[in-house]
Amino acid sequence: MATTALSPRAGAYPRSRVYEWLTTTDHKKIGIMYITSAYIFFLIGGLMALAIRTELAAPGTQFLNPDIFNQAFTMHGTTMVFFFVMPMLAGFANYIVPLQIGAADMAFPRINALSFWIIPVSALLLFSSFGLGGAAAGGWTSYTPLSEAKYAGIGQDFWLAGLLLNGVSSILGAINILATIFKLRAPGLTMLRLPIFVWTVLVTSVLLIFAVPVLASGLVMLFIDRNYGGAFFDPAAGGDTVLWQHVFWFFGHPEVYILILPAFGIISEVLPVFSRKPLFGYKAFVLATVSIGVLGFGVWAHHMFTTGAVFLPFFSITTFLISVPTGVKMFNWIATMWRGKLRFTTAMLFAVGFLASFLIGGLDGAFSASTPIDFALQDTYWIVSHLHYVLFGGSAFGIMAATYYWFPKMTGRFLDERLGKVQFVIMFVGAHLTFFPMHLLGISGMPRRIQDYAPNVGWQDLNLLATIGSYLIGFGTLVLLWNMFVALRGPRTAGDDPWDANTLEWATTSPPPSYNFDRLPEIRSERPLFDLKHGGAGHAPALPSGEGSQR
Amino acid sequence: MTATTDVLPTDHPVELAHGHGDGGINTALLGMLLFIASEIMFFAGLFAAYFSVRAKYGSHWPALPEGVEFAINPLVIIATLILVSSSGVIQWGLWRIRKGDRRGLNRAFALTMLMGLTFLALQATDYVLLADEGISLNGSIFGSLFFTMTGFHGAHVLGGVIGIGIILSRGMTGQFSARNHVAVEAVSAYWHFVDVVWIFLFLTLYILR
Repeated sequence: MATTALSPRAGAYPRSRVYEWLTTTDHKKIGIMYITSAYIFFLIGGLMALAIRTELAAPGTQFLNPDIFNQAFTMHGTTMVFFFVMPMLAGFANYIVPLQIGAADMAFPRINALSFWIIPVSALLLFSSFGLGGAAAGGWTSYTPLSEAKYAGIGQDFWLAGLLLNGVSSILGAINILATIFKLRAPGLTMLRLPIFVWTVLVTSVLLIFAVPVLASGLVMLFIDRNYGGAFFDPAAGGDTVLWQHVFWFFGHPEVYILILPAFGIISEVLPVFSRKPLFGYKAFVLATVSIGVLGFGVWAHHMFTTGAVFLPFFSITTFLISVPTGVKMFNWIATMWRGKLRFTTAMLFAVGFLASFLIGGLDGAFSASTPIDFALQDTYWIVSHLHYVLFGGSAFGIMAATYYWFPKMTGRFLDERLGKVQFVIMFVGAHLTFFPMHLLGISGMPRRIQDYAPNVGWQDLNLLATIGSYLIGFGTLVLLWNMFVALRGPRTAGDDPWDANTLEWATTSPPPSYNFDRLPEIRSERPLFDLKHGGAGHAPALPSGEGSQR
Repeated sequence: MTATTDVLPTDHPVELAHGHGDGGINTALLGMLLFIASEIMFFAGLFAAYFSVRAKYGSHWPALPEGVEFAINPLVIIATLILVSSSGVIQWGLWRIRKGDRRGLNRAFALTMLMGLTFLALQATDYVLLADEGISLNGSIFGSLFFTMTGFHGAHVLGGVIGIGIILSRGMTGQFSARNHVAVEAVSAYWHFVDVVWIFLFLTLYILR
């Protein structure tokens, strides 16, 4: 049998499954709820993206009038950042981190439930604005004075309130994760034996705790400006409009790493498993992750080069500097695959797709760190291309890899590999078809956030290509949903450790029992399960055949 | 099963939730300290706003409407002294319960609560007086900053007072002991944080100007 023998179940209380899910404090159920709701927001944000691309496919107004267009791109960005990627990564962290450190649950299970349930409430607040006078329309960055009471309607207030609430969820979640990692590690699991995913989630949580409250202070100030006659961002009343940009980007740049670091962690779990090698340069990777976290707080004003209000050399140098640890990671990943015994599962394909796409996005970033280039490219489609290469080619591909990698653990069932590969090809081609032409559009001067463009400027073909690409991404998403739908109706064939993996989440049943582990292997490295199976790290003996718990 | 170590009693798997490490900081207290770190960053955002606006004005600060003067009210000095010394009182209460003295804890927390409420009353009085002088949230950038910063601080004092009230009501039913008083540690850490923020606010808004 491929399953672990468990202690006898405790007598179950007779209550409905709906009640069970609504009131659960189990980190695994909460994690699945996070992930499910994040996928729903991915669909909502994705539909908005398709609406935007449909309008931009050809010159002239065909599909969205300018007002709705502004709301669509504002809410697309806000949804994807705050309601898709962040809760999705929080969901994987919730599910995986306690398992990977050999804990039974998070440190504060009830606060964990609270953090999750804030998300749907804040989303309701945000999205209700569509029916109550129009959503926010000032972009996901909501720059003042565009977002001040004089120019923006009530949707902006819903946006502020929704994000404030969303931030509370993030902060509580981050506190919970940190307390869990610091206090609930299994015996023998020292900090330098933590799985890389746990390390990246740890640094992300620190960033959340230090960055999100600063956004909260900005949201509060803008709310006071709009509703109680405050003067913070109003130069006419003695305030400072660039101040908003400072406050927003002091949060916003660490936020970029909040969105990508856990994806780095996912890739660093997937690549070693499917290369049959340990991660190359574990300590260098950890150090690089921590340096990104630290440097991430010193680069915010590179979003503001053209304001003329920031010291260009400093922020240019720190921005170049932060590409160094990211480059280190690139070498870690490539060297991990080097001469490995590669298995191209769907998770692995998305991980490799991540490397290729994120590299382009990262190089774009290094270009923009150079101030003269940034002056030329500020607010063009180049920036749109850059951020989608790192957020879609990076974070979203990482999320796809995580979905295929951990789906068997969460459900006991495999996602279909053939459908998965079809999805990968469609999404990979779609992503590059959508976002690569945006580079060229940006260089030829197309500004971001415009609803229409003239037919004689030569942007038509590239825009059409991008629109076709975005429909491919949409189609790839449908393939994923179909794959999940079919898989969830199929039999549980995954077993405990379907990928022959390294970390502790695979040392229990799929799905794990509510208390996670009956017993834990001895932990002598960052790959305790590998040691258990293959007798690594010196002297952990191999598993006797027949009575093994894994195979 | 030679390869696994039965480090955990299989009949009590729930004990996993309490962590394996002995010693070190208590989990709940760590949670409170991390929460305080995030609160510090919230106020840091407001302070950053203050100083970046302040830097534009040079000697023309505080920026107020014509003919309005901002002067320090003696009430504020009294309020400051009360809040600062309340930190000592709450710490004394914490030291008492560490030695198992429940009555000392309750007395100290009752006194701290009273001092916190007095601070809030004095702050409210100060707000009324300032409004009479023509300084308000919506009249000037100084007013916006002043009332937002002190207002959010006041809300945190209120939060602390509620926390102290909860500790007090639990303490009066004898729920704390020398071994078991994590909540007392957490609430007093929070109260010290509220106090320190006020010291910075007082120095920034009244003394440094």
